[in-house]
Amino acid sequence: MKLQKIVEELSLSVQAAGNKLDTEITGGYASDLLSCVMAKARKGNVWVTLQSHLNIVAVAALLQLAGIVVTEGMSPDAATLDKANEEGIPILTTSATTFAVVGQLTALGIKGAEVVNDK
Amino acid sequence: MVDTHGEEKITASAKSILEVTKLQELVYELKIEEVMTKKVVTVSPDDTMRAMKEVLRMNRISGAPVMRGRELVGIISIENVIKALERGEIEATVGEKMTSEVQTLFADETVIHAVNKFGRLGFGRLPVVNRQGQLVGILTQGDIARGLLRQLEIDYHEEEIHRYRASHIFQDIVSDQTGLILRYKVQPRDFSRCGEAASKLKRALERLGALPAIVRRIAVVSYEAETNLVIHTTQGGELLAEIQPEKIRIIAVDHGPGIPDVEQALRPGYSTAPDWIRELGFGAGMGLSNIKTCSDEMHLDSKIGVGTRLEVIINM
Repeated sequence: MKLQKIVEELSLSVQAAGNKLDTEITGGYASDLLSCVMAKARKGNVWVTLQSHLNIVAVAALLQLAGIVVTEGMSPDAATLDKANEEGIPILTTSATTFAVVGQLTALGIKGAEVVNDK
Repeated sequence: MVDTHGEEKITASAKSILEVTKLQELVYELKIEEVMTKKVVTVSPDDTMRAMKEVLRMNRISGAPVMRGRELVGIISIENVIKALERGEIEATVGEKMTSEVQTLFADETVIHAVNKFGRLGFGRLPVVNRQGQLVGILTQGDIARGLLRQLEIDYHEEEIHRYRASHIFQDIVSDQTGLILRYKVQPRDFSRCGEAASKLKRALERLGALPAIVRRIAVVSYEAETNLVIHTTQGGELLAEIQPEKIRIIAVDHGPGIPDVEQALRPGYSTAPDWIRELGFGAGMGLSNIKTCSDEMHLDSKIGVGTRLEVIINM
């Protein structure tokens, strides 16, 4: 499933990198702890979080995530959106809770990132 | 890796999307003068159709612009020859049988103009003129396809050379032990730039042709080490990567404050980060344990008031 389809189905608001919605989603991951995301999220995953500061872009870019869904009406600041545009990481916002978003993604058939041994 | 297959699929489809985009891009970038045939075979309106037919045959072309001196007065094609043959008018002049309302292209327009014009008119060829109206070339749909392919090949070749140069650095430079050292300075408490060093290192490794799975592990290690320098140090520190053909050594050094209990610090979930940092999503106490998971060797030495040195080795 393409990120574009998720944007439509969940009525997400595209805040940054709207030209990068053509990515195929490989799975999903939800956490607000950046180290957990670094450890578990995989390339092409969609990441659901209520963090909205600049560093979410660094994490997503390092892991080559498909995009970030920022929940509960949190709005990333201009610096974050600029960085996201620069790195080509879509930032999608919603007023829904992380729980609700993950539920909808699951209903669409998006699977959670599998826990794998890194070595 | 469980999801290796998925990653490959993504890369393949991303690649094809990329190629399509590249082609579309070229159509908008390439100028008609870059793909047209510059050596134009022309005929005179006073030539007979029979003579003109020979010109087409000898040059293996299917049409030609008609020139009176330096003026473009018409265009004639193999189709006109066939019609003339059917009517027994092969001795007529080109001037009588040619199409005299000539559609042209400008040399400095982009290829997309030509593509659109061919699509609209259905012609086999279009003469190309400069802004002064002088004939400078001729364009067929075959010229466009060849021009695009040639440009794609050039672009591809340049990319190949680029990649070759980087990934062969270790073979090209001979020594008993070749290593490439990348050094990044990390500022304390500068969360806006946190992750920059890790990103730069990751890009360098991709350039050098490291395997994606290895790049990921190095990205996790360098990101966590960089984050630790940002969160915990008083004066920042340095992140150093020593890349060798068979392994990479990542060293993070700082000058304080030092870790009171290294063993405790290594325990997953143990954190000394203040609340405001945790609210940003950092300081979960998972950093060092993530580093350990991703490394083949890890050494952590620390002395209160002196500093901390983390050394990680990842085999390539």
